[in-house]
Amino acid sequence: MKLINLNLESTVTSSDFDRVVKWDLLIIGGGPAGLNAALYAKRKGLTCGIISKEIGGQLHNTTDVDNYLGYKLIEGKDLSHQFVNHVNSLEVPIYKDVNVLSIEVMNPDFKISLDDGKVLYSKTLLMATGGMPKKLAVPGEEFYANKGVSYCTTCDAPFFKDKHVIVAGGGNSAAEAILDLSHWAQHITVVHRSQWRADKILLDKIYALNNVTVHLETQLLEVFGEAQMTGVKVFDKTTKQEKTIAAQGLFIEIGNLPKSHLVRDLVQTNPQGEIIVDENQMTSVPGLYAAGDVTQQVFKQIVISAADGAKAALAATQYLNQTYKENSNGEII
Amino acid sequence: MAKLFNEEVQKQLKEILAQTQEKITLVLFTKEGSCPTCSETKQLLEEVTELSDNIDLELKDLERDQSLAKQYGVTLTPSFVILNAKGEYKGVKFNGIPAGHEINSFVSALLEMSGMTPKFQENIVKRIEKINQPVNIKVFVTLGCPHCPGAVQNAHRLAMLNENIEGEMIEAQTFAELSNKFNVSGVPKIVINDKYEFVGNQPIETYLEQIENM
Repeated sequence: MKLINLNLESTVTSSDFDRVVKWDLLIIGGGPAGLNAALYAKRKGLTCGIISKEIGGQLHNTTDVDNYLGYKLIEGKDLSHQFVNHVNSLEVPIYKDVNVLSIEVMNPDFKISLDDGKVLYSKTLLMATGGMPKKLAVPGEEFYANKGVSYCTTCDAPFFKDKHVIVAGGGNSAAEAILDLSHWAQHITVVHRSQWRADKILLDKIYALNNVTVHLETQLLEVFGEAQMTGVKVFDKTTKQEKTIAAQGLFIEIGNLPKSHLVRDLVQTNPQGEIIVDENQMTSVPGLYAAGDVTQQVFKQIVISAADGAKAALAATQYLNQTYKENSNGEII
Repeated sequence: MAKLFNEEVQKQLKEILAQTQEKITLVLFTKEGSCPTCSETKQLLEEVTELSDNIDLELKDLERDQSLAKQYGVTLTPSFVILNAKGEYKGVKFNGIPAGHEINSFVSALLEMSGMTPKFQENIVKRIEKINQPVNIKVFVTLGCPHCPGAVQNAHRLAMLNENIEGEMIEAQTFAELSNKFNVSGVPKIVINDKYEFVGNQPIETYLEQIENM
């Protein structure tokens, strides 16, 4: 782990946000999609700003990134710093530590209300809000959350030193979690309902470890315990048998839920709540764009989110030049 | 000894700390003998002090300076408090080293104690001012936790805005016994008056609701 993880953006104040009456593009979310959108939009000359609760987004939840072109191995946090430094060099204001309460479509503009009482207006809007960890939705999961059940390996791994933990999931996030935990836990048991989806390069590392047991085609049914969790009940689909596995910890890495609640009633979403966008990242509302893990895009990858952010910024620029028409008096309603 | 801050971090911190407005003092308590992370914490604070004329550091010993420790409610080592320009203790305390991600709650506490007051909605400020019973907020963190500095920041902000409130960061690995006592296995974990608890980087309203319902 890095000794000092300075997050400079935490000190950016809202003063820049008071100077602009109406923005060309406001970006909600400070992960790869939002940051890359800011880079592209600013270079096109748009007046743009980022509103973000946590700059870096889900990059912070991952220790090592080894599939971002140009970096053989970089910590998620460091990649986030590189992104932010690049955006900062273009002086894009970032409004941090603030939550968006609501978004109103005012045709053609957007009204964004923040939880510190501020109200912002923008001609176009980009939802780059990302995702949050998906839950298993099994009995005991909620009760034992933070009593053994965790969704953040980088946060909680140290509490499981020399203990037996279970990792639920079979994608790259689960694989990274297993590798992280292997430095702390005495033993790791992987429980995944189907086959691996993780990259072979990560799986090779996992199978080289001597403290990992893998149960594929195994459904996790229940988390049980006393004050703290003591184990899980699983169903082995191959043998058609239920069994229990004793463990002090359960790390759940089964993907993300899109953070689309702000626009769920405004734009089209799929049954998973992901925002549906066209080939230019535009939602069903003209001028309202979405990019990254919050969209229906299937492959949740840093490089793909960043690319989608760039596309959204370019498309928004085109929209502002060709389609957007201010109200006749040009005033904010 | 190798520096904790590399040149780039030093430069960035110096720029940030240039925003400090009033003099503040860090009072660090360590002890002789076995004291895990004491020397690292001392080094961290010394390096920070070097980067700003507005920040002073006083080194104390938990045993020898008992009465001062008592005044600030310091019982662990390493532990430090941040005093305002008048030398007053406003309830802002760190137990263990604020390195890793926690450097951010540390920098934020330095700036805010030295005059960069955070802005809150008026109704939130009123709710904070109304609290008239002693409140202790413990925030358990790990240094690899990106969501933890926000929780620590909330506790410290509450402390700065109301004399009845004390906010303390507790680095869970250094103080494993205390963490076990409060069953910490996920962070950030917030414990109010050693009794009421919740987890996660929750908005300041969650703290207020918990305190108001005590």
